[in-house]
Amino acid sequence: MSETVIPYMVKPHPVTGIPNGKFGIWLFLASEVMLFGALFSSYVLIRTGMPHWPPEGGLSSEVLNVPLATLNTAVLITSSITMVLAWASCKMGSLPRFRLWMGATIALAFVFLVVKYFEYSHKFHLGHTPSHDNFYAVYFTMTGLHGLHIVGGIIVNGYLLGPGTKLWAKDPEHFTNRVENAGLYWHFVDLVWIFLFPSLYLL
Amino acid sequence: MSVKQHTAATGNGHGHGNRDHGHHELPFWRKYIFSVDHKVIGIQYAVTALVFLFFGFSLMMMMRWQLAYPGQPLPLIGNLLGETAMPGGVMAPEFYNQLGAMHGTIMVFMGVVPLAVGGFGNFVVPLQIGAPDMAFPRLNMASYWVFLPGCIAMVASFFLPGGAAQSGWTSYPPLADIAPTGQTMWLFAMVLIITSSLLGSINFIVTIVQMRAKGLSFWRLPFFVHAQLVTAFLLLLAFPPLEAASVMQIMDRVAGTSFFLPTGLVVSGEPLKVAGGGNPLLWQHLFWFLAHPEVYVLILPAMGIVAEVIANNTRKPLWGYRLLVYSVVSLGFMSFVVWAHHMFMTGMGTTMSTFFQITTMIISIPSVVILTCFIMSLYGGNIRFTTPMLFATAFLPMFAIGGLTGLPLGLTASDIYLHDTFYVIGHFHYVVAPGTLFALFAGVYYWYPKATGRQLNEKLGKVHFWLSFVAINFVFMPMFFQGMAGLSRRLYDPTVYAHGRGVQALNVLISWGAWGLGLAQLFFVVNFFLSLKKGARVAENPWNATTLEWAAPSPPGHGNFITEPVVYREPYEYSVPGKSNDYSPQFRAEG
Repeated sequence: MSETVIPYMVKPHPVTGIPNGKFGIWLFLASEVMLFGALFSSYVLIRTGMPHWPPEGGLSSEVLNVPLATLNTAVLITSSITMVLAWASCKMGSLPRFRLWMGATIALAFVFLVVKYFEYSHKFHLGHTPSHDNFYAVYFTMTGLHGLHIVGGIIVNGYLLGPGTKLWAKDPEHFTNRVENAGLYWHFVDLVWIFLFPSLYLL
Repeated sequence: MSVKQHTAATGNGHGHGNRDHGHHELPFWRKYIFSVDHKVIGIQYAVTALVFLFFGFSLMMMMRWQLAYPGQPLPLIGNLLGETAMPGGVMAPEFYNQLGAMHGTIMVFMGVVPLAVGGFGNFVVPLQIGAPDMAFPRLNMASYWVFLPGCIAMVASFFLPGGAAQSGWTSYPPLADIAPTGQTMWLFAMVLIITSSLLGSINFIVTIVQMRAKGLSFWRLPFFVHAQLVTAFLLLLAFPPLEAASVMQIMDRVAGTSFFLPTGLVVSGEPLKVAGGGNPLLWQHLFWFLAHPEVYVLILPAMGIVAEVIANNTRKPLWGYRLLVYSVVSLGFMSFVVWAHHMFMTGMGTTMSTFFQITTMIISIPSVVILTCFIMSLYGGNIRFTTPMLFATAFLPMFAIGGLTGLPLGLTASDIYLHDTFYVIGHFHYVVAPGTLFALFAGVYYWYPKATGRQLNEKLGKVHFWLSFVAINFVFMPMFFQGMAGLSRRLYDPTVYAHGRGVQALNVLISWGAWGLGLAQLFFVVNFFLSLKKGARVAENPWNATTLEWAAPSPPGHGNFITEPVVYREPYEYSVPGKSNDYSPQFRAEG
């Protein structure tokens, strides 16, 4: 905002080899690992304390909608690819192509949420709310928190696609770094789903 | 509060060669309220934390009345607090529980940590590493402005129906799951405070790793910066599990899930209508996975401050600087594997207990090494007993008492007897109150001239120190005896038990000690405000210190240093033989 110049905002630090922002996002992801790690451990603890899982009998894969979740997995993986393409477009200096791929990433994120909405509303329709039993408590809490992370990603990516683009004219390298950092976060959110899908739906 | 910062910073403009000289001035609200300058944010954190420390202490001073004179109406303010909290001026048991829970929460999460990390960390670390600001100034601002709403929500919960959280600062379920609405507010406030410290810790690590001045290698960093770096890692990695646990407890309370509610729970003779199948121990594991590293978040910055003050006032290099750094790093690692020593009494099994008992004994080794290094640093020194030095010296025996009394709690056999008694209260308060808080006071007296350009009054400072030092020992020393007599820590009226009546006289003594301690703090409050206007003006380096923050003007302008600092030597080169000065600053090429 004024004359204070923060070193290594854009250029990598000679020793660590990365600029400040990228270092920061990796630290943030480390804390996110601890957040979801705690949730996964709690899931293991609660599940192993129950005689049956799900408590009402049957199999997770029968109670939850595996085809829809598979679709969602494909959607998220595709969105990770479009995210990389958006970053690569920046690297190659093409803002229109960045807009295209970033737009696709955001659209796919919305597809994921819409599919999730149908899954949720079907569960609520059956009376399977979080208070029904701990199977649904775990399911809704973990996928819900993941869903919030998707929403966060949409906000960040939406900013980069909209008002954030102004930075491109001033400092394309800085903008590219921001896209890369948003991408790292987005891949992490994707990765969490890759763990959630089998452990909630299939096992 | 913003008014105070305004005053704190009006000392700013006069005379000193500030860097923003000639640049356009920022509007008031950008400079002092939504500021991105690490020094302003540090002062915001510090002042907020000092206010909450006093508030949290006031809650305890009220509880001490009930403990000393159970069932008697509280004089003066008893009738002001409403009929629900204080029917007829006598404290209701529910209100007593609220005060206890909020005292712990406020002191730890809104007092000590924000002062040690948010205040001193933000203000001092960029200066000590020769950086113009933190790596992410706007993130830094966001961290404070997430923290403050969290604090306000926490305090506002007193006005909810049913009052504030009353399940202790540990919020153990199943009781916390079925407590009144205040608990939900507590959880939401905690999520905000956790988010704030997360943003802060990312900022600290990146700043310390990426933005050190030229020549400032890791082995030339002041010990305070090492301590803050380890602290930041603890905050970064230990807080998220509590965030996860808070989310689950919110789900239990709001969405009716049963994460922490076992099957077959009966409340007031009625079976609780929940699905069940949960595990209350799960909360304890997640909570202590945060809260034990949290203990080190409280103590490590304090050790850092003590190191700075001791080196400066003994006019000697710190004894065993590298040993100190190795110890602080191993403390950081070990603090992640000792959490279940808070849970020996839960029946989690002897194998688990043995493991955590061993790690607990191991973690005491680096703590003892650090304390020994400090004591060795005193040996043979020509000590200047300034106010910061008095506080720093007092830290040593106080922390030693706190640490040593912890050993019987870390051993399963003796913990069976001492668990949840006043002995525990005495133990951890010796670590945090005359330990950490004294170190933080040392820091306030030591760095106040840097922040304001004026010295705190030494006479008032010494009165503050001696009164606090005497009073605080009257508060916490008798607790060991009460605990060994078996007095439980959460009793509303200790005289209902015969073994409590035996040590009730001590409760009266403790309470008068606590109120005396409260009075002693008034000397500090007066000094703090008086010196803003009347304190002696100082130049860059009033303490003849060696570290980089003393190269910047007092107070430093925007961007901190007038010329970019370069570091030539290790941090504590005091009394180097053959030199004319007894200190050789890091930032001067010639000693």
